[in-house]
Amino acid sequence: MATRHVAQAGRPLMNIVRMKGVPILQQLEIEECLLRTSSDNWCIINDGADKPNIVMGISGKPAELVEIKPVLEDNIPVIRRFTGGGTVIVDHGTIFVSFICNKDDVADVQPYPRPIMSWSSLLYTQVFQGIADFRLRENDFVFGLRKFGGNAQSITKNRWIHHTSFLWDYETRNMSYLKLPKRAPEYRLARDHLDFVCPMKDYISRSDFISRTIDAAGRLFSVESTEFEAVKSSSNVNFTPTSRLLTNQELEAASMIAI
Amino acid sequence: MALRIWASSTANALRLSTATTPHFSPLSRCFSSVLDGLKYANSHEWVKHEGSVATIGITDHAQDHLGEVVFVDLPDTGGSVTKATGFGAVESVKATSDVNSPISGEIVEVNTKLSETPGLINSSPYEDGWMIKVKPSNPSELESLMGAKEYTKFCEEEDAAH
Repeated sequence: MATRHVAQAGRPLMNIVRMKGVPILQQLEIEECLLRTSSDNWCIINDGADKPNIVMGISGKPAELVEIKPVLEDNIPVIRRFTGGGTVIVDHGTIFVSFICNKDDVADVQPYPRPIMSWSSLLYTQVFQGIADFRLRENDFVFGLRKFGGNAQSITKNRWIHHTSFLWDYETRNMSYLKLPKRAPEYRLARDHLDFVCPMKDYISRSDFISRTIDAAGRLFSVESTEFEAVKSSSNVNFTPTSRLLTNQELEAASMIAI
Repeated sequence: MALRIWASSTANALRLSTATTPHFSPLSRCFSSVLDGLKYANSHEWVKHEGSVATIGITDHAQDHLGEVVFVDLPDTGGSVTKATGFGAVESVKATSDVNSPISGEIVEVNTKLSETPGLINSSPYEDGWMIKVKPSNPSELESLMGAKEYTKFCEEEDAAH
């Protein structure tokens, strides 16, 4: 394992897994399993979820974050994921990129949220160089003042995951399922979702974004492709993921809570 | 200082000019408080052993590096913890971070105030921000933990290396 782990030019190995249309709950389960049970580095890229899903962070409260009545009426799944951060609505227009790393293979980065966020911003600065005014603003990925990616992390003793849901495109009507969050970055200035976010498709194609991301990862790691089917089958080990779908009963109970 | 050093090396790997690297705010402080009389784990938890009970929390160094804690996930009373294994998590700055127990034992009390006021971990990491109380199953585990001076040096070396 040690010889496989360090490949070209002394860079640590990273497995690149490309998927398309994998349901977000399945992706989250695979990611958490890899974080907790693998000792390898991974870059998971899922080019679009299969259908609209609302995904809250670990402490998300549906009563505060979600318009529960239309969500129940329209059967929109609501997931609570294992990482921190806010609420997103994802669908086929979302591109997911996740980095799962051993802290010792990214030795310059202290395993805390802000250094990891800054590391990711350097990587994506290269992805968008010459294409858009990309920056990290108050923990969000933005073009100018508009957010185009929601990101979150989970940090264990020796490993961490940083994952992002990039809004390559989105259905404007889906944004109406989300409430304005109580905790919001200052630069948001109380803008509603449609004035706050912007689609990546105005700047870059899906394929260019994905290939540039893999290229940027390749500057820090020795990258190798791994088939999704191999990851999917090996993730069925004795591990119970904590990301889960909220039941209708839970959502109905949340709708009774006065905010 | 430490942030600029790693940013420069990562920027070099990504072939970014340093002019394009993000602006970093200065480290909030160089020296976090470390209390005498406590023992410390290299994953930045502290333990205070008094009689048959040991109180556990995360250090000032950890809370400073984590940022504002907005949510704490704690186990139930009656459960058990194992040395160097996670028993809960904190959420800060869009991240969940595992909290590991420095010792093994039975959980006899959990700080329920943290569910309403998770910020106690930031404002009072060694007092009101305690997380669990444990009846140690193997008190000799405490001997392998760091004392205050050793932990202080550990933190300085860790920050200097990044």
